Amino acid sequence: MIRERLEDILRERARLQTGDPQMEAAEAAPPAAAAPPAAEDPGAALRTEGLAVYYGHFQALRDVSLQVPGNRVTAIIGASGCGKSTLLRCFNRMNDAIPGFRLQGAVLFKGQDIYERGVDVVDVRRRIGMVFQKPNPFPKSIYENVAFGPRINGYEGRLDEIVERALRHAALWEEVKGKLRQGALTLSGGQQQRLCIARALAVEPEVILMDEPCSALDPVATLKIEDLMRELAKEYTIVIVTHNMQQAARVSDWTAVMMMAEDRAGEMVEFADTRSIFTNPRDKRTEDYITGRFG
Amino acid sequence: MTRTAFEHQLEEIQEDMLTMAGLVELAIERGIEALKTRNADLARQIIADDLTINRMRYETEDKCLELIATQQPLASDLRTIVSVLHITVDLERMGDHAEGIAKIAIMLADEAPLKPYIDIPRMAEIGMRMLMDSLEAFKQRDTALARAVCNRDDEVDALYEQVYQKLLGFMIQDPQTIQRATYLMWVAHNLERIADRVTNICERVVYLVDGHIEEMNVSKY
Repeated sequence: MIRERLEDILRERARLQTGDPQMEAAEAAPPAAAAPPAAEDPGAALRTEGLAVYYGHFQALRDVSLQVPGNRVTAIIGASGCGKSTLLRCFNRMNDAIPGFRLQGAVLFKGQDIYERGVDVVDVRRRIGMVFQKPNPFPKSIYENVAFGPRINGYEGRLDEIVERALRHAALWEEVKGKLRQGALTLSGGQQQRLCIARALAVEPEVILMDEPCSALDPVATLKIEDLMRELAKEYTIVIVTHNMQQAARVSDWTAVMMMAEDRAGEMVEFADTRSIFTNPRDKRTEDYITGRFG
Repeated sequence: MTRTAFEHQLEEIQEDMLTMAGLVELAIERGIEALKTRNADLARQIIADDLTINRMRYETEDKCLELIATQQPLASDLRTIVSVLHITVDLERMGDHAEGIAKIAIMLADEAPLKPYIDIPRMAEIGMRMLMDSLEAFKQRDTALARAVCNRDDEVDALYEQVYQKLLGFMIQDPQTIQRATYLMWVAHNLERIADRVTNICERVVYLVDGHIEEMNVSKY
């Protein structure tokens, strides 16, 4: 029976290999790295085109063109001050309130420019949620933290169900189901961060932006959040900014590497599948950064 | 349980390695079958299938590199990955030895057999058993089994010696047999090498469990 199974494997692989002259030629070559998404990838959830951001006279970002694949985890890495967070905040217009903020180019969410006149910013932020560096639950009960978003968004239907579903998705339900009315601030840091993720999920977003979501957490809580990110990527598009290169390597499918140019404007030097970035980056600056020889 | 994705990938490379081992065992078994039944078609199939074994080695290597580069494996996780990297190289080479047997089976397909095959299939049988047991030792993290498997390399060496002497006898008696006998010596040599490589796998099992490299069986050949 084992022999039959092995023969099946041989047959199946032989079938896959025929009609693949490139593989025949390079008998033992490792599979080619996945190409970055094509010019206009329909599967991209978010896309920037020639994005430039200014704070007054200071240029924070220059010419960032990036496609964030849907239902994947995309990490943005780079040394401090390279514009990672600025870029992330452009994805749901969190920079709008910063004095002197000005943007050129476009940020498209499913083909729609979210900076276009007439776009409902509240709706953008509902569909593209955000989790911050420090867990910031409201000083209310666990339940009220999660129910808050659906409530102000005028959700009809059963709030209890929404709260439970969001907490389950955030892998927190089992830990808090018996104490939903307890204050959120009594939870541990890691639990608070998962509560913030649940709060973001409760309004049924499509994208979740995470800005250094683990930097205030211990290693175990960090790994829990990372596991959760992998799980969430099955249903949501996730973009994470992290200083922790190893975290980007562990958790993401795609990685964007950013760097500060001489005039201190942030630029994207490379965007590729995470495996390629960490095993065989194309750009010398990426190589220097990830091997610790720069930055 | 945390790091579920990593755990899953770690499982996957070990599964790939075990599948490769199964394919190598099949290649050895079929090589001897092709030799005994003078079946050149079967031998050609073994040669074609070796391509799959070679590819699996590089695919597994690629997965291992990705894990090292992205998952920061440490301690036993790191040793598991390093062991898989080494064992798949050994398996790939064992596949080449089986392919070598298949090539000789093609060369001998139209020749009258020298004598019924007894010792050579026996060598192959022990080699395959050793291979499967070494992988069992890997799965169970069983160093005692790994050591026991290593010791069986002596049986293979003894059979090799026996085959060698017999074939030498044929050649001395009748120079007409020199070519066929030489081919069969290559077959026996391939089988002896296969068993040697199994001992490398066993050494990796000890490394995996105890964390040190130990030369466990210095083959006579």
